[in-house]
Amino acid sequence: MSLGKIARRTFLIGSAAVAGGVAFGVWYARKPVDNPLDPEGEALALNPYVIVDRAGVSIVVPRAEMGQGVRTTLAALVAEELDVEMDAIRTLHGPASDSYYNGALAGLGLPFKDYAMSDLQHAIREQMGVMGKALGLQVTGGSTSTVDAFDKMRHAGAAARETLKAAAAERLGVPAEALSTGAGAVIAPDGARLPYPELAEAAARIDPPRAPALRPAAEWRILGTSQPRVDMVEKATGTARFGLDVRLPGMKFATVRMNPRLGAPMRSFDASAAEEMPGVERVIDLGTGIAVVASNTWLAFRAAEAVEIDWAEAPYPDTTEALFAEIARAFDTAPNSALRDDGDADTLPEGATEIAAEYRVPYLAHATMEPVNATALLDGDRLEVWGGFQSPTLVRDHCAEAAGVAPEAVRIHTTYLGGGFGRRGEVDFAVLAALVAREMPGTPVQVAWSREEDMGHDFYRPGALARFRGAVRDGRAVLLDGAIAAQSVTRESAQRLAGFAPPGADKGHVEGAYDQPYAIPNYRIRGHLAEMKLPIGFWRAVGASFNGFFHDSFIDELAHAAGADPLEFRLAHMREVHAPSAGVLDAVREMSGWTGETPDGTGRGVAFTYSFGTPTAQVVEVVDEDGAIRIARAWIACDVGTALDPRIVESQMVSGLLYGLSAAVMGEITFEGGGAQQGNFPDYDALRIHSAPAVEVRVLETAERLSGVGEPGTPPSMPALANAVFDLTGERVRELPLARRFDFVT
Amino acid sequence: MAFSLTVNGERREVDLPGDVPLLWVLRDALDLTGTKFGCGVAACGSCTVHVDGQAVRSCQVTLADVWGEVTTIEGLGTPEAMHAVQAAWVEHQVAQCGYCQSGQIMQAAALLAETPAPSDDDIDAAMQGNFCRCGTYPRIRAAIHAAAARLSEG
Repeated sequence: MSLGKIARRTFLIGSAAVAGGVAFGVWYARKPVDNPLDPEGEALALNPYVIVDRAGVSIVVPRAEMGQGVRTTLAALVAEELDVEMDAIRTLHGPASDSYYNGALAGLGLPFKDYAMSDLQHAIREQMGVMGKALGLQVTGGSTSTVDAFDKMRHAGAAARETLKAAAAERLGVPAEALSTGAGAVIAPDGARLPYPELAEAAARIDPPRAPALRPAAEWRILGTSQPRVDMVEKATGTARFGLDVRLPGMKFATVRMNPRLGAPMRSFDASAAEEMPGVERVIDLGTGIAVVASNTWLAFRAAEAVEIDWAEAPYPDTTEALFAEIARAFDTAPNSALRDDGDADTLPEGATEIAAEYRVPYLAHATMEPVNATALLDGDRLEVWGGFQSPTLVRDHCAEAAGVAPEAVRIHTTYLGGGFGRRGEVDFAVLAALVAREMPGTPVQVAWSREEDMGHDFYRPGALARFRGAVRDGRAVLLDGAIAAQSVTRESAQRLAGFAPPGADKGHVEGAYDQPYAIPNYRIRGHLAEMKLPIGFWRAVGASFNGFFHDSFIDELAHAAGADPLEFRLAHMREVHAPSAGVLDAVREMSGWTGETPDGTGRGVAFTYSFGTPTAQVVEVVDEDGAIRIARAWIACDVGTALDPRIVESQMVSGLLYGLSAAVMGEITFEGGGAQQGNFPDYDALRIHSAPAVEVRVLETAERLSGVGEPGTPPSMPALANAVFDLTGERVRELPLARRFDFVT
Repeated sequence: MAFSLTVNGERREVDLPGDVPLLWVLRDALDLTGTKFGCGVAACGSCTVHVDGQAVRSCQVTLADVWGEVTTIEGLGTPEAMHAVQAAWVEHQVAQCGYCQSGQIMQAAALLAETPAPSDDDIDAAMQGNFCRCGTYPRIRAAIHAAAARLSEG
C-alpha cells in the first residue's frame, strides 16, 4: 500500500498485533513522514476501533459522550458487523488522534441547501471530508458523529469479523465460507464455538480484507433497535467519571479567576490575604487572571474571591445595548452572503400585501451542568491532560503550546462530559490547566471553575438581529426577503482555534434561514457580519438556533397575513420542494390533532426548521394558568433517514426541544461594564420538571440519507412557543426571551 | 481541625476547616465523586445526599453541621446491587449526560421513602429543585413511578 493511495481514500481499514490479540482500525499517515521510502515501517500507524484480546472485545468510540448516546450508537455500528452482543463489549474513548478526524464536519461549511443536494454535491461533500482528515480535526459537534462513523465503524467491525473467521478457517482446516459468526464467536460447521479472544493472536497475522461487504439494513439485529446505553449503569450509580471526578495520586485542587471583561488583561493583583487562608498553597499570576492552588476545591474558590484584582477594560462595547447597536450597524455594511437569492426580491409583486418585521435574540450561555474544568500534569517534558473535550486534538495542540512541550509529548484523556452543547469544543479551560501545571511540575492539578466563573467566561451564542419583509397574494407567499446580523461564530472560532478565518460566504451564519424548503418565487436571505471582540462560540444548533426563530416566526406572520392556517400554509409551500419535510408537518398535524382552532385559554403554535440534515416539525401547546403561561404539551416529528437507535433519537429530540424552550422562555446573558450580569442558575434558569411539557415524538425514516439528531430539535422549539403564545394572547412577540413580556409558570 | 462523620455506614475522619461544605468533603477529601458540584448555591440539586435519610443539598451543609449519618449515591446502591430507584433509572434509560442524575436519584429515593406512591404533583413538588440541562424530565417521571411500583411489590 502506498501513501498516495491512502490520501486518495477517505479511510482504509487495517490491523495490528497488540499484546495478546489484535486491533482493527483506520490506518493513517503520521506527519511528518519519517521515511517516505518505507511508509509501512515508519510512517503508518493504526488507530483502533476494535481491540480483541484475551479479555474480550473492546470498542473505541473516539467521540465525546456528552449525553447524546454516541458511545452506544457508535459501538453498535461495530457490534452489528462483528456479531458481538452489546452487553459483552467494553467501550472506551481512546486517545486524541488525528486519525479520528471527523470527515462529516468539514462538509457542513459548504453553501449548498442540504435538502436539495444532488449526488454530485454529496460527492463534493465527501471530498471535503478529506480536508477534515488533512487538518486532523477530531471534533464532536454539528450533529455529525453518526454520519461520519456510519461506514468507517461498520467496516472496522466487518473487517475484524472476516479476519477472525479466516483465523478460525486456518485452525479448523475448512474454508472460511463454511463458517459463521454469532455472539462473539466463530461457529464451525459442526456447531462448535470458537470465541473471538481465542482467535485474536492468530488473527493478528492475517491481513484483513480491504472491502468487506456490509450487511444490508434488513439484516440488522442491533442497529435500528433501541439498545440499553453502555453508560447508563455508571450514570445511575455515580460511578461514571466526568472531568471533575479525575483523581490522581498527590493531586491538588485549583481554581481560576479571570477578567470578567473577556479577553482583557489584569492590571495588578494583591493575593496577600488569600495566601494566608487555610489550605491555600499558591496563587499564580496568569496575566489575564489568577489561579489558586489548594488542598480542596472549595478552599480554592474562597481564596480566589479574596484576591484583590484590578481588571483592565473590555475590548468591546461594554453594555448590552451598545453591543446590539453595533450589531445593527452591520445591516449598513455589504452583506457577507446571499446564499439564497431567487427571483427578484427588490420588487413588491403586483397586487401583493407587504409585511415587515424585526426580530432580536439575546446572547446565551451554554450552562452545562458540569462547570468547565480540566486536570493536567507536567512531568519532565511530557504533559497529560484529563477532561471532557469535544475537540481533543485541538486541546492537545493548544496545551502543548501553553506548557511549552511538543504536541507529540501530550497525552489527552477524554472523560464523560457533564453536558457539552458546544462549550466543550473550546480549549480555554484545558489551556488554563496546562498553564497551572507548568507552574507545578510533577504535581497533578485539577482546575475547576465555579459556576459564576463558567457563566461569566463563556463563548456565548451570539446575540442576533433580523429584518424581514415579505408579501402574500391569493393565500400564498410571493416574497420573502430576510437580512440577518450577528457576529460570525465560524470565523471567530476558526481564528481562535485553528489560527485562520475561512474567507467567503459564512454558511453557519445564515443556516436555518437560507436553506429552508419553501417554494417562494422571490426569496432572498442575506447575512451581515458584526465585528466585535466579545467571545462567541458554537451553541447547540449554532446559526439555526437564532435563524430558526427568525425565519419560522416570519413564515407564521406570512401565514396570518395570508389568512391561512399556519400549518397548511407551510405545507402548501413545501410539498413539492421536499417530501420528507412535508412528511414531518403531516405527522405533527396528526399527532397533535391539529385543527387550527384552540379553545379559550389555550394556544397552539407550529414551527418547522430543516437543520443538520434533519427536517423537524413541532407543535407546542400553552395554557393560561391564572395569568401565567404554562407550556403544557409538545409534539415533535423528525425524519432522520435511518434511526440507528430509536430511543436515543427520541431522547435527543426531547432534549433539543427543552433546551430551546428554556432559552425561549428565560435564557438571556446581558452585559454591564463589559461583564455578564448573570452568574448562576438563579438568574439563568431553565425549565424544570414541573414547568416542562409532556412530549410526544415520532421518528420518520423516509429521507434518503442518515442525518444527525443532537441539534435539530432546538431551532423550531423557540418559534413554536412564540407562535403558540401569539395564538393564546394575540400578541406577536419578536424578541426573546419571552419572560421579558409574559409571566410563565416557573 | 479534625472531624468525624459516618458516610455510607463507615466512620471517616476528616482534617478540614469546619466551614467546608459537605459536598467538598465528600468529593475532595473522601474521593466520593458520585455527588456532583453544579452551582454551589442550592439551585440545581446535583449535590443532593441524604443526612439521616433526609435529602439535603450538600453544598449548603458545613462539615461542622453534619447532624447525622450521610448516604451518598455510592451508598444507595452499586452497579452490582442497585437500589430500586437506580434500577428504574436503568430500565427507563433516563440519563443523557448523566451529571445531574446522582442528585435526581437521591432526591427521588427520599421522596419514595416518604411517599411510596407519589402522584405527578408529588413528583413535581419534590423534584423541581433538581435541574437537568439535557431535559430528561419525562423519563425521570416515568422512572419514579416505576420504582414506586417495584418498591410496593417489595
